Amino acid sequence: MDFNDSPQEAAFRNEARTWLAEHAPAHEIVPGSKMTDVEESDRGRAWMRELFLGGWSGLTFPKALGGRGLSGSEAVIFSEEEGKYNLPKGPFTAIGTGMALPVIAKHGTEDQRAQFIEATLKGDITWCQLFSEPAAGSDLAALRTKAVRADDGSGDWIVNGQKVWSSWAHLTDWGILVVRTDPTVPKHKGLTFFVVDMKTPGIETRPIRQISGASEFNETFLTDVRIPDSCRIGAEGEGWACCMTVLMGERLGSGSPRSGIEPILDLAAQTPDGHGGTMVDDRSIRQQLAEALAEEQAERFFQARLRTMVSKGENPGALAGMVKLAYASRYQKTTGLALELRGLSGIAAEAGDTQTTDTQYHYIYSTVMRIAGGADEVLRNQIAERVLGMPGEVRMDKDIPFEQLK
Amino acid sequence: MNFDLNDEQKMLGEQASALLADMTPFDRLRSLIDSDAQWDEPLWRKLAEMGFLGVTIPEEHGGLGLGALDLGVIMEALGGANAAVPFMSSIVLAAEAIRLAGSDAQQAKWLPRLASGETVATFAYAEGPGPVFATDCRYTDGKLNGSKSPVADAQIADIAVVLVEGGSFALVELDQEGITRTRLDSFDQLRPHFRIDFKDAAAEPMPGIGKLDRLIDLAAVQTAFEAVGAAQACLYMARDYANERQIFGRPLSGYQAIKHKLADVAVATELARSNAYYGGWASESSPDDLSGAAAAARLSGIKCFEMAARENLQIHGGIGYTFEANCHFYYRRERMLAVHLGNRGFWADRLLNARPGSQVQGA
Repeated sequence: MDFNDSPQEAAFRNEARTWLAEHAPAHEIVPGSKMTDVEESDRGRAWMRELFLGGWSGLTFPKALGGRGLSGSEAVIFSEEEGKYNLPKGPFTAIGTGMALPVIAKHGTEDQRAQFIEATLKGDITWCQLFSEPAAGSDLAALRTKAVRADDGSGDWIVNGQKVWSSWAHLTDWGILVVRTDPTVPKHKGLTFFVVDMKTPGIETRPIRQISGASEFNETFLTDVRIPDSCRIGAEGEGWACCMTVLMGERLGSGSPRSGIEPILDLAAQTPDGHGGTMVDDRSIRQQLAEALAEEQAERFFQARLRTMVSKGENPGALAGMVKLAYASRYQKTTGLALELRGLSGIAAEAGDTQTTDTQYHYIYSTVMRIAGGADEVLRNQIAERVLGMPGEVRMDKDIPFEQLK
Repeated sequence: MNFDLNDEQKMLGEQASALLADMTPFDRLRSLIDSDAQWDEPLWRKLAEMGFLGVTIPEEHGGLGLGALDLGVIMEALGGANAAVPFMSSIVLAAEAIRLAGSDAQQAKWLPRLASGETVATFAYAEGPGPVFATDCRYTDGKLNGSKSPVADAQIADIAVVLVEGGSFALVELDQEGITRTRLDSFDQLRPHFRIDFKDAAAEPMPGIGKLDRLIDLAAVQTAFEAVGAAQACLYMARDYANERQIFGRPLSGYQAIKHKLADVAVATELARSNAYYGGWASESSPDDLSGAAAAARLSGIKCFEMAARENLQIHGGIGYTFEANCHFYYRRERMLAVHLGNRGFWADRLLNARPGSQVQGA
C-alpha cells in the first residue's frame, strides 16, 4: 500500500502542474465576478479549447478516438491539479465529455464519431442531457416522449414530449435524447437513443424556477421535432443500453467529494459561544464536526481504493455509488449544522457575511445531491442487491407491454 | 498510488480468518461463557504457533517484524470471529508499549516471550469511572501503589504495563504479594475485566517518556480494524438471516426497510475500512499524519460496528434476544470497544486537535 504518487504518477503530476501554471491563470474566474450564462458558457468553451490544444482533453479516451488513452488515476491527478484553479467548468462541458462522448464512442457509427468527438473535446460543441421527464425520474425507463418515423419516407423521426432537469439546455448546441419508439414491448425494450441539434425547430426550453433562486435547469418541450435517422445512436430499441453507458459515466463522475468540513470549522471559529470561546469549543458541535470530518476523510480514502481497483482493471460496480450516497447526506447534514452554529444569524446573514450566505446556498443545493445522479434510495437498493446479494425489488411492470401499463 | 493491501497481507488475513472459523465457532464462544472461562487458551496457543502473536515484534526479539497493516488484517479477523483472546492487551498495547518505552533489557526479556505467547501482558490505564487515562497510581523507588480498574485480561496476564503518575509507564509482574486482582462483572463476557490493587508492589520504571499518545494512536488504528471485521461479520450474519427468513410470503431481505438499513451498514463499513487502511499506512509511513488518521479510523470504526451490532440483532427479531442466537456476542463487544482507550468525545477532540494549526493536546 502506498498513498503517495508512484514515480510515473509524480512525473505526470509534474507535467500537468507545469502546463497548468502556464495556461490556467488566464482562464480563471475572479471570485465574486458576475457573469451571464452566455459568458460563462463561452469561457467554458475557451478552456476546453485550451485543454485540447495542450493535449489535455479526453485523457481516458482511447487514442484512436482522439483521446490520450491514459489511466483513471492519471485523470484523477489531472483533475486534482486542475481543481486548484477556479476554472470555468460546468455541466455544459462535463455532459459532453462524461456522457455524450462515451455513448457515441461505444454505440455510434464512424460518421458520428467523426462529427462529434473532436468538436466536443475542443469545446466547439457543448451538450445537454434530455433524459428525465415529469413522470420518469429514478424510473427512467417509464419515459413517454415518443418518436415515430415520418410518413414521407425520409426515414426521419418525429419526436413529441417533455423533458426536465436538462441543465443548460438553453445554451448548449446538442442534446443526448432518449425516447420511446415502440410502446408495444415492455418498457426497457422500446427505447431508442438520439443526438439532437438544439436549434431544431420545435424545441422550446423554459427555465425552471428552482428553490435556490437560480435557474440552471430547464424543462424542454419537443413538439414535432424532426430528427434525421443519422442522429440515431445504436439500433432501434437499444436506447436502454446506451443510457446505461451514459449513467455509468455519471455515477463515476459524481463521486468525487468536494470540500466540506474545513470551511465549516472556519465559520465555527468565527462564532462566539457565549462563554468566552468560539463554537469550535462547543461540545455538541465539536462532536458532530469531528464525526463529519472522519467521514470526509474516509470518503477520500475510499475513492483512493476505488481508483486502485480501476487501475488494476477491476470494476467497482455498485461500490462506486457508496461515496455519492455518503457524501450527499453528509453535505446536507453539515451545511445544516453550519447554519445552526451561527445562531440566529445563520438564517439572516449580516451584510457582507458571504460565508454564511454561501453556506445557505449549499444547504439548499444539497437536496439536489441526494436526488440527482442516483437518488439515495436507488443507490441503497443497488448496494443491497449488487454488493450484498439481496433480492431485487418487486416490479409490477415487468414483461408488460408499455402501452398496457396504467 | 496503490491503495490496497498487498497479496501477502490479503493472504495473512485469509489464513487468520480460516484458522478462527475452524477453532472458534459460535458454540465454542457459548461454552466459554458457560464455563466462566477467562479466555480461549487453545486458540491463543494456536495463534502463537502460527506466528500471529509476533507479527509486529522485531525479528531480533523473535517476531516477524511486519507492520501495522499486517497486524490490522489479523485484528480484522479476530474482530470477525469475536475471539476470546488477549491479543489487544498483550500484543497491540503491552508489547507495543514495551517497544516504545521499554529499556533494551526489558525489550530483550519480554518481547520474545510475548511473541511466543508464553507470557501474556496487559495495559492498565483507567482508574474507575470518568476519563480513562488516569494517573493517580504512583511509582516510587521500585514500588507501585494505587489501583487500576478496569483492566482487561488481568487474571491471565503475567505482567502489566501500568500508566502511572506523570504519564510514564511502570512494568510489573502480577503474580506477587502486594497485588490483588478482583474480577469485575464484565459486560463483554468474552473479555473479562479486573480491578488491580497495588500495595508496595515491586515494579520497574520504563525509561521512555511521553509515549502514551503514540501508543494509543497505533492501538486506535488496530481497534478500527477489529471493529471493521466485527461489523462485516454482523452485516453478513444479518443479510444471511434475512435471506433465509420468510415473512408474509417472501424473504425478509426483499423488503426495503431491511435492504436500506443493511446498505447503510455496508457503506459505513467500507468508509471505516478506508480510514483503517489509511491509519495502517500512516502508522508506518506517515507519522505526522498518524494522530488525525488514527482518530478518524477509530471514530468511523466504532460507528460502523455500533450500527452493525444493533441492526443485526434487530433484523433477527426475537430470536436475536436469545443466548442461542449469535448477535449478542457482537452487541456486547461493541460497547467494550467503544469505551476502551477513550470514548467518542475523547477521539473527536483528538481528531480536531490533530488538524494543522490546532492546539495539540495529549491524552
